[in-house]
Amino acid sequence: MSSAYPKFKQVNFSINGTPLLKDLNLSLARGSLTVVLGPNGSGKSLFLRLCHGLLKPSDGEVLWGDSAQRPPQTMVFQKPVMLRRSAMDNIMYALRNYPKPKRVECARQALKWAGLEDIAGRMATVLSGGQQQRLAIARAWALQPEILFLDEPTASLDPGACDYVEEHVKAMHESGIQILMSTHNLAQARRLAQQIIFIQDGRVMAQQPVEEFFTQPACVEAYEFIRREFVIDESAAQRLHKEP
Amino acid sequence: MTDSQTFLAAFLLIFQWGGDLWEIIGLSLRVSFTSVAISTLLGLPLGALLAVERFRGHHAITIIVNTMMSLPPVVVGLFVYILLSRSGPLGVFGLLFTPTAMVIAQTFLITPIVVALSRQHLQQEWDRVGEQLCSFNISRIQAMPTLFWETRAALATVVLAGFGRAIAEIGAVMIVGGNIDHLTRVMTTAIALETSKGNLELAMALGVVLLILALLVNAGVHWLTHWSARRGAG
Repeated sequence: MSSAYPKFKQVNFSINGTPLLKDLNLSLARGSLTVVLGPNGSGKSLFLRLCHGLLKPSDGEVLWGDSAQRPPQTMVFQKPVMLRRSAMDNIMYALRNYPKPKRVECARQALKWAGLEDIAGRMATVLSGGQQQRLAIARAWALQPEILFLDEPTASLDPGACDYVEEHVKAMHESGIQILMSTHNLAQARRLAQQIIFIQDGRVMAQQPVEEFFTQPACVEAYEFIRREFVIDESAAQRLHKEP
Repeated sequence: MTDSQTFLAAFLLIFQWGGDLWEIIGLSLRVSFTSVAISTLLGLPLGALLAVERFRGHHAITIIVNTMMSLPPVVVGLFVYILLSRSGPLGVFGLLFTPTAMVIAQTFLITPIVVALSRQHLQQEWDRVGEQLCSFNISRIQAMPTLFWETRAALATVVLAGFGRAIAEIGAVMIVGGNIDHLTRVMTTAIALETSKGNLELAMALGVVLLILALLVNAGVHWLTHWSARRGAG
């Protein structure tokens, strides 16, 4: 079985004839923690949605191992999506295929894992943004996916809530869940990622191990993107600017 | 008789009135409840389908359904009349000038309202939760019961709006029902008849009952809206 998980083969995605993601040929290592970076509108969210199967490629295919069958996976969105029911019921809904006693048990464990036992009975839609995102992560954890997609999960959270999300993302990865996450937070990307994918104008411009990306970015676009926050080796910058 | 005397006489009539009044009110409610129930059973799934699925002709159907919300009742009455008249395609069933004909006409009037308004609410909800439900590996069709439950308060107001239209409707039920005493006379047709006869106290009394029913429906909508807002439900 191939260790590429997933593998993009010549994938394009367009809407009404406008290409939004172009010539995607890449693969991720099974079990990795990959962070997708790129400016606003570059196609990060679309890339995640294509991976997760919420969108279908216009051309090409996304393979998982050797087949197109997606493994168990779920997604946490930038704005947490809560159903109008209690926190506990929101988790139980995601586990609807389990027998009821197991559903209750798993939901309780997930709330405990996320430190949310005290709000189990509260209406999820009236919780704070931070609590809703914690609940969304707990719900994803309860599903025990093979791969978890996180679309800018900390974009609208305060620093404390961001730390919480980072800790739990790390914990999930350490428990064997493959993570693919987009963010605008470069420091967070550096703290969490094993590998970076940099997207600009719908194209994957760089795919590198995290330290290499932040010290020796593979393209001038990536260098320009990260240089405001990170001091990069001058010689690398000169090399990139000289290259055609 | 002055206006105030007419009004007073109308109120007295409501309390003095016997079986005839209750027969008319009962038939009005029976016809309206039945047509609203059928429209709900037909309209909610259709509204949900338009909300979550995209197919060829989707926009055209949405525009047609929205337009049908303002169907003139007399046109619907005429259409159902032709359908049910002896020489019409459904004439063999002998339904013309029966409460069933009135239910059919009202169903034609209310179903587009239920479809169009429920589609709006369900689509908003689908836009909010659709991706997350797909992420849980739930198909669009499987998601429909969840959407109904999530928007239950809004859908209840849609049904109540349909009921409000049904109970106050006169054009279609007059044409297909014929306003026959003890058979197809409902509040609106009785008001029209008594007014034309100059029996204003009786017409006013029926009008007051109709207004009270409309008030109860609106109070129901208002209460549901507030209740759902308090609970964070939609």
